[in-house]
Amino acid sequence: MSDTPQEAPASTPFDELPTAPPKRKIKLSWPGKIGISVLIFWAVIVAIGPMIAPYHEADILDEELFIVPGSDEMYPDTDFQPPSSIVWLGSDYLGRDTLSRILYGARTTIGISFIATLLAYLIGVTLGIASAVGSRFLDMSLSRVNDALISIPSIMFALVLIAALNSPGIFWLIIIAGVIYATSVFRIARSLGQEVMVSDFVEAAKVRGEGLWWIITREVLPNIAMPLATDFGLRFVWVILFISSLSFLGLGVQPPMSDWGSMVKENLSGLVYGSVAPLMPALAIATLTISVNMIVDDISAHSGGKLAKRMIS
Amino acid sequence: MSVLLEVDDLRISARNDNDELTPIVKGVSFTVARGEVVALIGESGSGKTTIALSSLGYTKPGLEFAGGEVRLEGEDVISMGPDQLRGLRGQRVAYLAQSAAATFNPALTIGEQVTETCVLHDILTQEEADARAETLYRALELPDPDRLGKRYPHQVSGGQLQRLMAATALCGKPDLLVLDEPTTALDVTTQIEVLKAFKSVIKQEGAAAIYVTHDLSVVAQIADHIVVLYAGEIQEHGTAEQVVSKPGHDYTRRLMHAVRPPPAAGQGDETSDEHHRKAPALEVKDLLAGYGIIQNGLPSITVLRDVNVAIERGHSVGIIGESGCGKSTLARVMAGLLPAAKGQVLLDGEELEPALQQRKREELQKVQFVFQMADTALNPRQRIDHILGRPLEFYLGLKGNEKRRRIGELLDMVELPQDFAGRYPEELSGGQKQRINLARALAASPEVLLCDEVISALDSIVGANVIELLKRLRKQTGVSFVFISHDLSTVASFADEIVVLYAGRVVEKGTTDEVLSPPYHPYTRLLISSVPELRVGWLEETMETQEAQAGIDRVVMLKDKGCPFFDRCPMAIEDVCDEETPPVRNLAGNHAIECHRSQAEFAH
Repeated sequence: MSDTPQEAPASTPFDELPTAPPKRKIKLSWPGKIGISVLIFWAVIVAIGPMIAPYHEADILDEELFIVPGSDEMYPDTDFQPPSSIVWLGSDYLGRDTLSRILYGARTTIGISFIATLLAYLIGVTLGIASAVGSRFLDMSLSRVNDALISIPSIMFALVLIAALNSPGIFWLIIIAGVIYATSVFRIARSLGQEVMVSDFVEAAKVRGEGLWWIITREVLPNIAMPLATDFGLRFVWVILFISSLSFLGLGVQPPMSDWGSMVKENLSGLVYGSVAPLMPALAIATLTISVNMIVDDISAHSGGKLAKRMIS
Repeated sequence: MSVLLEVDDLRISARNDNDELTPIVKGVSFTVARGEVVALIGESGSGKTTIALSSLGYTKPGLEFAGGEVRLEGEDVISMGPDQLRGLRGQRVAYLAQSAAATFNPALTIGEQVTETCVLHDILTQEEADARAETLYRALELPDPDRLGKRYPHQVSGGQLQRLMAATALCGKPDLLVLDEPTTALDVTTQIEVLKAFKSVIKQEGAAAIYVTHDLSVVAQIADHIVVLYAGEIQEHGTAEQVVSKPGHDYTRRLMHAVRPPPAAGQGDETSDEHHRKAPALEVKDLLAGYGIIQNGLPSITVLRDVNVAIERGHSVGIIGESGCGKSTLARVMAGLLPAAKGQVLLDGEELEPALQQRKREELQKVQFVFQMADTALNPRQRIDHILGRPLEFYLGLKGNEKRRRIGELLDMVELPQDFAGRYPEELSGGQKQRINLARALAASPEVLLCDEVISALDSIVGANVIELLKRLRKQTGVSFVFISHDLSTVASFADEIVVLYAGRVVEKGTTDEVLSPPYHPYTRLLISSVPELRVGWLEETMETQEAQAGIDRVVMLKDKGCPFFDRCPMAIEDVCDEETPPVRNLAGNHAIECHRSQAEFAH
């Protein structure tokens, strides 16, 4: 006796549609690739800059170096010299080598900004997630305090703090930048966290009886890590510009340490003499920040622009 | 009839990240004559929307035309420039999207939005357009046509919004309408009203239409011609009558097989009493629940009132009702996601804490929740083995090899290959994700599974497969099911008991056979008669019935007193039904109906 089953034969040509989509990969476009190369270049400079620098950042070059052979000028000017084989990127207002100062300054500028951004993230993400998962009262109080802080223009806020602390050192500079930028990180982390907290898979974890810690570390954080990492790049750029601005105002990194922002400020008068000394550190800031921006743009293009929109707000 | 649109050997391809082209539409040809409705039918991924959009000269991002022509009155729309396309879209060809709620701008009045397109295209002046819109409101049988234009989208119901979408599209007197699943997201009772309005307005206006859907029974009501698509190719093409009554292709037959028969007695799964014990597996008593701040024991919005439901061990109870009736809320109360304001939830006869935070782990283990959308219920950052492994570890303390073996068994159980364990959810199709979603709930070895609309988001064939799987799992494991759905046919084919909810009250409950055969509660009768049947002409017949005429096109309201169904009920008694809470009438067996009418009056 043969009993024919009602349903279609097992080897049916009509499979469930659509077949599983392939895994998505992020492929960088050429602006992204350029951005990555520039970023790697600066990372290498941070690591080995002082080693390859021809002079020390604080060295005021000897006049002897600038004596043109065959000339009878025994005491040539050393400040604001144009690029030459002695000083590849020219010299600054005190006669220091611009190239060496940029190479040394990379460590200061990028280092300070990076640590400050990390600090901003540590504070911002911790409080932001706490606000997203915590009680309504906690969320309200943290958000209102944050709103108050974010409403103060960041440079003003920093100036007041620096004045109150009476020209503190690099340590406090990092703390101030970290706290100021933590406010915007807080907002992003909170809104991302809230979005994930109401998703079905978090609800599923709650129904399972999972604790808060498990939900935060296993369900929420992995899902907001990518947008946060992208935002980290942008935030890092803002902090570089912020630290540079403070240095430009003379309140950031103090001489003789070199820092790109203060280098622009110190050499501003050189513009009148057609010196490239103020342009070179500005160019360094520009290449670094623009390259990070290009990478961020590329990544957010892959995440459907959703990310970019959120970060603008 | 003159030919309006000719689709000639249309080919559309998708370009992936590596710049390779994958064909999506593989040489499709059909024509649409003036005044004719052509339905494109197929599952998701079959290319039906892509083909429909090509008549607007449009492809979704990432897709491109790879060959063929789409001619509107002899003119190829694919090769049109941007200026010509601007003149074409909205003016000669109008598009109606699936979700009206998402399409209307909540900040503008309905009238502004309905007339916007044709005024922008300089077809009509604002005054002419307003007058035209009003005519359309009447043709679509919308309430209060004189003043409807001044209202805002949130002031009308979902079904009315859907009809307003049609008014928007028709306002500029387009030659061709493209309707993309316009009734898929609607309740059956709303679907009927929208279908009827669409059908009559298309006839009145003499417009041609392309109707995209996956639902054969809907197509049978509205289309003149049916084009059956699978994987970008036409499988069958013919008149509606022909395709529905004499399907010529295997795939069409499979689609028809997946259409569940209209709900009737005798379809339910047989009940097995082998797992029976004294107390029901899960029971709710005198439940009152809602959202908002609780004051004097009452939440600010009450969603469920006086709900009593018992789920016997090994039984499956279907909970049915229109959207907003409190089905999902009931499941959430059972799971403890939403603590009840009043009443009890009992597991094995023992009372559970209202909130899940206070429930014990063993109690949580016994009641598992299967979420509606598998897409969002699975963490995209966790691999399948982590998703399935966590409940095993959490509830059963399994580790290492034992856990891996059990994950394999679970994948077997839901008929997925073992190597899926290493995949991420985004590498799975919709049906596969839903299976993982089920497997995760089963991993906890539960006694009760709460399934919230688990197949609503799936295509008919995929959904039918999942139902088969559920039936098999029930036999294998003896788990009790609470099966929530707005689709009566689905419930009828799976559940052995049915609870009918209306506006937060249980209006009828009993075994599947009892509920689906007379005597009916008037609301149950309306629900049953609203499920589209797979035959041509069903819509017209149904609209003649008194239930349809009384019950369709009304807004469901939550009321504190009286019977909530009062204003839609053909049997309502003035001054009684709207004032007094209806009594529960216990009929034969476990069958109970909540109504002022007596048993004798239900019979007809």
